[in-house]
Amino acid sequence: MTVLNIVQAVNHTLRDEMKRNDKIVLLGEDVGVNGGVFRATEGLFQEFGPNRVIDTPLAESGIIGVSIGMALYGLKPVPEIQFLDFIYPGFDQIQSELAKFRYRSGGQFTVPVVIRTPYGGGIRGSHYHSQSTEAFFVHTPGLKVVIPATPYDTKGLLTAALRDPDPVMFLEPKKIYRTVRGDVPDDDYMVPIGKANVARDGEDVTVFAYGAMLHVAMEAVELAAAKGINVEVVDLRTLLPFDIDTILSSVKKTGRVVIVHEACKTCGFGAEIAAQIAERALLQLKAPIVRVAGFDVPFPYVLEDEYMPNANRVLNAIEKVHNF
Amino acid sequence: MTVELLQVIKPTGEYVEEIEPDISKDELRRLYRLMVLLRNLDIRGLQLQRQGRIGFFIGSLGQEACQIGSAYALKPQDWAFPAYREIGAALLRGATLKEVMNQYFANAEDLQKGRQLTNLYGLKSINFVTGSAPIATQIPHAVGTALAAKIRGDPVVTLVYFGDGATSENDFHTGMNFAGVFKTPTVFFCQNNHWAISVPVERQTSAETIAVKAKAYGFEGVRVDGNDVLAIYRTVKEAVEKARKGGGPTLIEAVTYRMGPHSSSDDPTRYRTKEELEEWQRRDPITRFRKYLEKKRIWSESDEKKAQDDANHEIDEAIAHAEKIPRPALETLFTDVYSDMPWHLEEQLRELQEEKGRKEE
Ligand SMILES: Cc1ncc(C[n+]2csc(CCOP(=O)(O)OP(=O)(O)O)c2C)c(N)n1
Ligand SMILES: [Mg+2]
Repeated sequence: MTVLNIVQAVNHTLRDEMKRNDKIVLLGEDVGVNGGVFRATEGLFQEFGPNRVIDTPLAESGIIGVSIGMALYGLKPVPEIQFLDFIYPGFDQIQSELAKFRYRSGGQFTVPVVIRTPYGGGIRGSHYHSQSTEAFFVHTPGLKVVIPATPYDTKGLLTAALRDPDPVMFLEPKKIYRTVRGDVPDDDYMVPIGKANVARDGEDVTVFAYGAMLHVAMEAVELAAAKGINVEVVDLRTLLPFDIDTILSSVKKTGRVVIVHEACKTCGFGAEIAAQIAERALLQLKAPIVRVAGFDVPFPYVLEDEYMPNANRVLNAIEKVHNF
Repeated sequence: MTVELLQVIKPTGEYVEEIEPDISKDELRRLYRLMVLLRNLDIRGLQLQRQGRIGFFIGSLGQEACQIGSAYALKPQDWAFPAYREIGAALLRGATLKEVMNQYFANAEDLQKGRQLTNLYGLKSINFVTGSAPIATQIPHAVGTALAAKIRGDPVVTLVYFGDGATSENDFHTGMNFAGVFKTPTVFFCQNNHWAISVPVERQTSAETIAVKAKAYGFEGVRVDGNDVLAIYRTVKEAVEKARKGGGPTLIEAVTYRMGPHSSSDDPTRYRTKEELEEWQRRDPITRFRKYLEKKRIWSESDEKKAQDDANHEIDEAIAHAEKIPRPALETLFTDVYSDMPWHLEEQLRELQEEKGRKEE
């Protein structure tokens, strides 16, 4: 057991798995000599050398497109996109190529690339270092989309992603890169992709969250407990394919649902969860579903704290569904 | 294939008279003073960030000649498309230090309403287009604006700023290609400061120079000493005049050096040597220009002292003002998403106001 924060967990997992699997190649901007701008790849260039950890030209379409080519040849490329906000020059490669290779070739060609990228607000990064646009990728058949919220899950999910036969978007909540610490077993283990985690048991209300928002939800839940409301918290962990069984069994139990994410509300991932519940468990609901989300505006700078969902907003939502 | 590096002022302050641009004594002094202001603004900007008084800083230390020399070659009707180090170009085109400092503090007087990181600055009244953080995206915009001016028959030239790293992005190549095909009046001004955060320029291209890339797009590429304000002015002016006369685009590679960290979040000691930095400090663009002015006997020790004092005084005043101004109003979170606020944003604004109200009770 070692106590690690999330960025350390990424680093340790990459190192361990690179030792086991010599097909893994890391590539991206500033990932080599500098160890990544968030230090996620710190020391790996020195340890594994320039064929395994590659500082690339500044071109996301190149980074992702070249990764696809490497994967076709049987390597396991793990590109880092410096911020999710900068992925768009490579979006065509993700949408049109990465996600569709298996399908369009009838399963002949597969491209199990793991794209790692920090995402989300909380670092005073303004429009272009803060956005949560995970929904674009969830809206892309052929991708898996994974978001850890704890160091334990970071290691388990990243290990699973590195052994997965399909492309995975591994989105790292940068707000809690260093603030959330926890025990991480030194042994090899996986957290399966596609399985949510009941982070807290409760009977009255269910809160669905992921990434940095898990911790905001947990804070709110303590406040609710003080008011006698016993809240269950489900950490979704994988957004695609999401864990419908865990979602529905929690809804069945509580009948009251709050969904939290920092992405814009309209067409955010919460809309999918709400629709699934409406389709499959409408009659189990005792109150309308409430979403606590980022506002439908470009990510702000000075007013970031107003934009980001906080414990108070989540608590209001919990009370609203509880007292309906 | 090599492209020669144009130099007017030698590091010693000696100069090549045949290519010395024709600039009046007063103007030369004004340009120098602006470079001093910019240098001091950079030092203070980083300090303000370190003291936690502003959130972030990204500067142009060592690239002052690039900013001032290039912008000075434009006319007021021309358009500039900055990346994020071009505050000097904005000041030269008429932005005031007060406006700039309001942007640094992202306060209620900031025309951008506190929405952008420091130095991601734009000002419509001087045709200085608000930039963004994603690299190279502004390059096709500059080509489009130039094409629009050409279609309308207006004598307008656009100049676009970007770094060596940006030349690896698709938008650079697309922009260059459109400019070549449509012969747009565009000047591509690449500040090759040798680094893209920790990645050296050799990792961006295996071409001998960046300038040479223009060849493949069917127009001229030139190289200029990026720490020589007069060489830059001369080169940009030629490119601008050629563009205005219908001669099409030019790519200019200004060879310079980022003397500071990439931004307040960066630690350059992790990836480059002290010796390299020191070598470039010896080619400091401000020292070089000062030596030139002294050789021409239009700059004295007391001029220098006054320039430094004035710069610091002006900066102090701007800071004192900007720091007093409150942050932008809550509504500004929701305005300017569209020209009119749709129902769902009105609803979200109301929700936020109610929540704030509840908290204050
Ligand atoms: C599309 C995109 N990818 C990555 C980044 C992160 N990033 C910010 S600045 C920078 C380096 C830019 O280098 P260069 O173009 O040489 O400009 P300089 O900073 O040296 O002026 C990088 C990689 C970004 N802003 N946009
Ligand atoms: Mg550069």
